[in-house]
Amino acid sequence: MMRALTNRLVILIPYVWLLFFFLLPFLIVLRISLSDLEYGAPPYTPQFSFSDGWSVIWEKLSALDFENFSFLASDSLYINSYLSSLQIALVSTFLTLLLGFPLAYGMARAPDGVRPILLMLVILPFWTSFLIRVYAWIGILKQEGLLNQLLLWLGVIDAPLEILSTNKAVYIGIVYSYLPFMVLPIYSTLEKLDESLVEAARDLGCTRIGAFWKVTARLAVPGIMAGCLLVFIPAVGEFVIPDLLGGSGTLMIGKTLWTEFFNNSDWTVASAIAIILLIVLVVPIVWFQNAQAKATEAGG
Amino acid sequence: MPSLGSIRRSFAPWDDPAAKPYISFKNVTKRFGDFVAVDNLSLDVYEREFFSLLGPSGCGKTTLLRMLAGFEEPTEGELYLDGQPLKGVPPHKRPVNMMFQSYALFPHMSVADNIAFGLKQDGMEKGARDERVAQMLKLVKLEEFARRKPHQLSGGQRQRVALARAVAKRPKLLILDEPLGALDKKLREETQFELMDLQQELGLTFMIVTHDQEEAMTMSDRIAVMDKGIIAQIGTPAEIYEAPDTRYVADFIGSVNTLEGKVVSSDESHVTIEGPDGRIVGGLRGSKAPADGQTVWFAIRPEKMQVSREKPAEAANALEGEVWDVAYLGDMTIINVKLESGNVVQAAMINRSRLVDDPIGYDERIWLSFSADSGIMLER
Repeated sequence: MMRALTNRLVILIPYVWLLFFFLLPFLIVLRISLSDLEYGAPPYTPQFSFSDGWSVIWEKLSALDFENFSFLASDSLYINSYLSSLQIALVSTFLTLLLGFPLAYGMARAPDGVRPILLMLVILPFWTSFLIRVYAWIGILKQEGLLNQLLLWLGVIDAPLEILSTNKAVYIGIVYSYLPFMVLPIYSTLEKLDESLVEAARDLGCTRIGAFWKVTARLAVPGIMAGCLLVFIPAVGEFVIPDLLGGSGTLMIGKTLWTEFFNNSDWTVASAIAIILLIVLVVPIVWFQNAQAKATEAGG
Repeated sequence: MPSLGSIRRSFAPWDDPAAKPYISFKNVTKRFGDFVAVDNLSLDVYEREFFSLLGPSGCGKTTLLRMLAGFEEPTEGELYLDGQPLKGVPPHKRPVNMMFQSYALFPHMSVADNIAFGLKQDGMEKGARDERVAQMLKLVKLEEFARRKPHQLSGGQRQRVALARAVAKRPKLLILDEPLGALDKKLREETQFELMDLQQELGLTFMIVTHDQEEAMTMSDRIAVMDKGIIAQIGTPAEIYEAPDTRYVADFIGSVNTLEGKVVSSDESHVTIEGPDGRIVGGLRGSKAPADGQTVWFAIRPEKMQVSREKPAEAANALEGEVWDVAYLGDMTIINVKLESGNVVQAAMINRSRLVDDPIGYDERIWLSFSADSGIMLER
């Protein structure tokens, strides 16, 4: 009896956590997004408050409207921000995969003694604050920064490259920051891969490269999908990297949201942006979960 | 002339000087860093032979197979298949297929797709491919399991899929790395005969690695017993069992009693030794008699000794001792006998009858007797 109760309590903890730190904040944001803008503090008219009587709440609930959402559709800035964010996130996810897969592959193939060290090195950047690491990239990428100095000294270029305050810097920043999230899931699938599977493929007539694609890469797909989502989802909503490394031309939804919230003090539109962003991101997550369920069913 | 063992073999190309070996290892050495896995080894295997490499783990037997499959290149020496040198030929270009110890079935493919994998690589068209897959499934009796994934099969079924996949391409040579290692004893015994039948049916050359001597004895035409990168002895199962070269081989295959002594006298077929257990007359391996006074070992298998309470009148050899341990195994009874010298020897009695009037018990004094041809003298 006691034990059943304890078990239930343990299961309850994550639900309570999700309720208070995910569902409730989400509902608050949703409420703001449905409210009207009003200058002052807070900068919106609450459509309803829990201290009102039920009749008042019901009255105000029926007055809720989607005007903030229709406003988002009316100005191309928002749609362009979403599209640009998705594009930047997609390209950087692809670049991260391009860099992360060989890294993970190399790690999984490393001798037993070296592997923990390599794993440590991948995780090591987390010991420094994310913000500080992004700031450090300013020092590397700026006009008279380390990279330009090095390239000039080597004679590769004649004039300093303009990287900082362009989308290139944003790509570099995202790829750098999210690389571990790509490497770790791929590494964990590759590490479990039985080397004799690759040998069997070669024995049955595959070249080295053929065996790599048909066996190694194919069996790493769950890791690749997980890694891509772990990079893509936060990259879409990324704010710090485009703000610090990107230029005025860098359009990303996180930046637009920040501007709306802090510069324009328009909480209602900012909340609407956040809600739409969530809906956009739920699609790949659900797709991924379905794909994984299917893979588990198929025994992949 | 009497022959070794109880079976006459008609297939013996290794005795025919004109026969061309199908696989040849010529002075092959393989080193991994400082470790010598295979040490200057030469070996010939003939077409349609069922050949076993037998030895403890780490003796280099798997390395030998992997060199044949193309996953390792010899550090020194040459390897030939059907007269062609294999140096530099990648695994996918060798007419050799391998069955892996872990089976290495592709987990993301169905049974049928696993079997079809190699055929697809060869560019076989779909119709012919499906036909071959169906044929293979029938061969290993897995017709109903074609659509299953490997993880939905039992260990024995997986083993058969691995086998079907390896023979689907009709390789000239099939190499099998501990093919029955993961199966339980009963299934293993059944599968041994299945493998033998399959090899006969397909007319393939089989090269198999195992550490299980019973498995090697059952299936092989010839066995190579390996020890630390070299071949200790090559021969038919009967040769290995009845006429081992060394104490290592005698001990590795089956049980054996070895008694030390010095040579007293010898003729062209027998030798008499004198040791702590008295005089023993034994057979000679080959015709080379050792010098008188040389230290040698007399080796005799437990089942070749007669057990009796009275001293037998007409035995070439008789040893007296005390029953030390008795183990009843059903088909036979194993008795450990402590001799006067303190040496303990093992004798096996076949239980021909269900009922025994006066069975031998602990601490009894008994006699072990055997003919001059039952045991063999070993120099090493």
